[in-house]
Amino acid sequence: MEEKKYRSKYKHVGQPYDRKDAQEKVTGQAIYAYDLEFPGMLHARCLLSPYARARIVSIDTSAAKALPGVRAVLTGEDSDILVGLYMQDKRVLSKGETRYHGDVVAAVAAEDEETAEHAVSLIKVEYEPLVPVHDVDEALEGKTLVHEDINDLKHYVGVFFPQKDSNIASWNKSKKGDLETAFSESDLVVENEFSLPAVAHVPMETHVAIVQADPYSNKLKIWTSAQSPFAIRQIMADSFGISETDVEVHIPYVGGGFGGKAGIHLEPLATLLSKAAGGAPVKVRATREQEFNQLPTRAGMRGRIKTSVNNDGTITGMQATYDWDSGAYADYGVNVGKTAVYSGIGPYRVENASIDSKTIYTNKVFSTAYRGFGHLETHWTIERQIDILSQKLGIDPYEFRMKNLLEPGDKTMSGEVLTVSSGSPKDCLTAVVKEIGWTGRKSEEEREEEWKTGKVRGKGFAMLQKAPAMPANTATSVIMQMNGDGHVKMMIGAVDFGQGAITALAQIAAQELDIPIEHIEISAEIDTRANPYDWNTVASKLIFLGGNAVIKASHEMLRKMKDVAGQALRTDPENLLHANGEIYHRHDPTRRLTYKDVALGYMYPNGTGIGGPLIASGSSMADGLTNLHPETGQGNPAAVWTFGAHAVEIEVDVETGNVTVLKVASAFDIGQVINEKLVYGQICGGVLQGLGSAVLEGYKFNSDVQLMNPSFTDNKIPTMKDIPLEIVPIYIENPQHNGPYGARGVGEHPMISVPSAIGNAVYDALGINFHVLPLSPEALVLGIQSGKKSILCTDVDCLPGLH
Amino acid sequence: MDKDCSMYIEHVESGKRKVTLSLTVNDRLVVRDVDPQMTLLHFLRDELKLFGTKEACGEGECGACTVIMNGKAVTSCIILAIEAEGAQITTVEGLAKDGKLSILQEEFVSQDALQCGFCTPGFLMSTRALLDSNADPSDEEIIETLSGNLCRCTGYIPILNAVKRTIERERKELGR
Repeated sequence: MEEKKYRSKYKHVGQPYDRKDAQEKVTGQAIYAYDLEFPGMLHARCLLSPYARARIVSIDTSAAKALPGVRAVLTGEDSDILVGLYMQDKRVLSKGETRYHGDVVAAVAAEDEETAEHAVSLIKVEYEPLVPVHDVDEALEGKTLVHEDINDLKHYVGVFFPQKDSNIASWNKSKKGDLETAFSESDLVVENEFSLPAVAHVPMETHVAIVQADPYSNKLKIWTSAQSPFAIRQIMADSFGISETDVEVHIPYVGGGFGGKAGIHLEPLATLLSKAAGGAPVKVRATREQEFNQLPTRAGMRGRIKTSVNNDGTITGMQATYDWDSGAYADYGVNVGKTAVYSGIGPYRVENASIDSKTIYTNKVFSTAYRGFGHLETHWTIERQIDILSQKLGIDPYEFRMKNLLEPGDKTMSGEVLTVSSGSPKDCLTAVVKEIGWTGRKSEEEREEEWKTGKVRGKGFAMLQKAPAMPANTATSVIMQMNGDGHVKMMIGAVDFGQGAITALAQIAAQELDIPIEHIEISAEIDTRANPYDWNTVASKLIFLGGNAVIKASHEMLRKMKDVAGQALRTDPENLLHANGEIYHRHDPTRRLTYKDVALGYMYPNGTGIGGPLIASGSSMADGLTNLHPETGQGNPAAVWTFGAHAVEIEVDVETGNVTVLKVASAFDIGQVINEKLVYGQICGGVLQGLGSAVLEGYKFNSDVQLMNPSFTDNKIPTMKDIPLEIVPIYIENPQHNGPYGARGVGEHPMISVPSAIGNAVYDALGINFHVLPLSPEALVLGIQSGKKSILCTDVDCLPGLH
Repeated sequence: MDKDCSMYIEHVESGKRKVTLSLTVNDRLVVRDVDPQMTLLHFLRDELKLFGTKEACGEGECGACTVIMNGKAVTSCIILAIEAEGAQITTVEGLAKDGKLSILQEEFVSQDALQCGFCTPGFLMSTRALLDSNADPSDEEIIETLSGNLCRCTGYIPILNAVKRTIERERKELGR
């Protein structure tokens, strides 16, 4: 059993408290959008395009409409509403042309799911199949445009850059220094290509949305399994041309998100169906197959990287080109592409660099945010490249990284200057390398000797970094009210979909107010009519921004309490201190009141009241961030960087190609642990998701760009059989000067660079550099059998359109 | 109870063929007229309103809908309700007794063996069925059994820790 060694210097912050939602979740009381029922509620089913790209010639819905129990049947002819987070490029229902095998062609709302399903089967559609855009190369040729109207698409101007008459939804760029000189004057220039397929988020609760469109007003009532209630509110208002206040969004417990529920998905369709059915609530629930082939995924990516180094191991230049296969729609994909231009050279000091990142339309399943978005992908490129450079230079990969890692005073890709409070990449790397007992790479002789036993061990490691990818004006807020019993009710606008946010934020409040965590009342359920604003629950930003908002609200609460207590105790509030739920005079502790005494206003013995119910609020906004320069990518995009490193030891079965992970050591400079149990949970969960991307998962498309593996049978995710024999979490605590108690976010980071570390360990074991994910048994066997030392996509028999 | 199919009483209700089904769920005898095509999962949720049992794939692949039927863990999404005629069923709602969480539930809480919680009822029921048939399974037996349940949040290690702690505590506190 894992021994928990972490000791916190604080009473509540850092303590391994049980999560607040745990009891409801182990007793079956936790209610999700999937569980909700309303009087008169209808159920929806969708007809999806059977082609990746086709012209809809005709649709006959008459038989479906005539079926008893059917209340609404919709096609693209019924609505022209466009939705999209950053690019308004997605029709709720296809019209004219379908853009992926999963586009909604028609939808039915009926009294029960079976009737809706039956009605869908009665809809007759005539298609004219069109040749799809298979991959990023075809898309870049631009002979066929996925969006003919790309020049007219409404988008977030100045941040994303759609290219005219092309399939490029956004081309983001960054550059600094003099790359040409660096490449011509350095001792060695190495160029490589790496790729990885699309991967599904797989939340256990599929996407569910229930919408009731009030027939007597503009009001939309939405209950949904989503991460970002206020983003849904704003996008729904924009798309339907109504006021944000007309949209009420309710989020009950959410069964996992990982970014897949960060945007807006089934809500617009449920809205149209509700309107068509006279305002009845309509529930749209994705089946597991639809979760794979209709709802968005992580984009596949190809990275081309060219790096110059000197023989002493100094990196002098880096040029990276990232091509993201975003599928049919941009969704969060353009923002994923954008992160690559400020984070896409890794945590290294590189004075001369350029990055081109293109988010590209094809006719595949569209893409969105996925845990640490853009970073697992770019780090697969960078950290494999760094390893290969160290092989070519003959320098130990630990020494090589240490020589080039960012330090205080160094500049990031976008020109931010790091300080001592930015966290330390070097501390992270040193800790994990020590933990796995790294003594240098295997020699060729050692490999050959071990190969004879059929099993070869290898060690590898990789760096990671990520800052919240968020608009420069990102904000969140907290409302606190004291209950009559002296407990504190706290409301936030962000969603706890399992990451433990409500517990961690309650710990910060408990610390500030000095009351037991049980005295903090906080609900995971969000209602935009009551809860205060939060931008999006994404990006590992909540502990940082939300934690600061909690501190501000707590300070206001204490000040207001002390103002009332000062009057009651006949002293200046400045003389008052607080501890253990009581306020007392600093020089005479016998003059004291409990929080309860002032919670709803203080009452004198004669009944006269002063004060009133105590209420406080706190807002927190990203400070000093800027948009990036469109050509140079210079600016300040990152509120807070979290650096980290993974080191792994693996064993490869050279006959079966099976990779067994013996040990993973993971270090993150999180500044301050808020809840050790929750951090450990994020590390175990993130590492295993990363292992899924490393050795198991990936979308497979056939030559018609149909998804071949939209089920758990064919799209395996890790099970308990896949856990590493040992995971060692290491918490580095170099405090962040403006973080709550010095803390930084860590929700996404454990997933990043797990594939890179495994890939580097595979090289140590086999002496073969893999440039493609997943490192599945098939890929390893084919790679070994090929006899090559570098394995590209074509060497492992990728299905057409995989990359 | 007799499981002879001839005891089903078939009749037609508002145009749909129905059969009368009686079984014991969480120690309570229930009798309902059901569509013979209804799954046990839908019976538990739609008829009995026991919403703790979840559907996450509907194909018996993920284990989220696991309940205990006559002592065995079954995926209720691929079992017909009528197959449970006369059966003893336990769902997640039946784990806590007398207003107190079971040791298994307590350990899932204290080991943080859950995050979003959607797969949790399935894991609890698979574990309960295992420990009821084998009070001291090896790590390999636990992993083999629980590899039929998918979780995307926890990375399984906290779940394994919770199960091992449960075994230890049940031995000490319940003399299992």
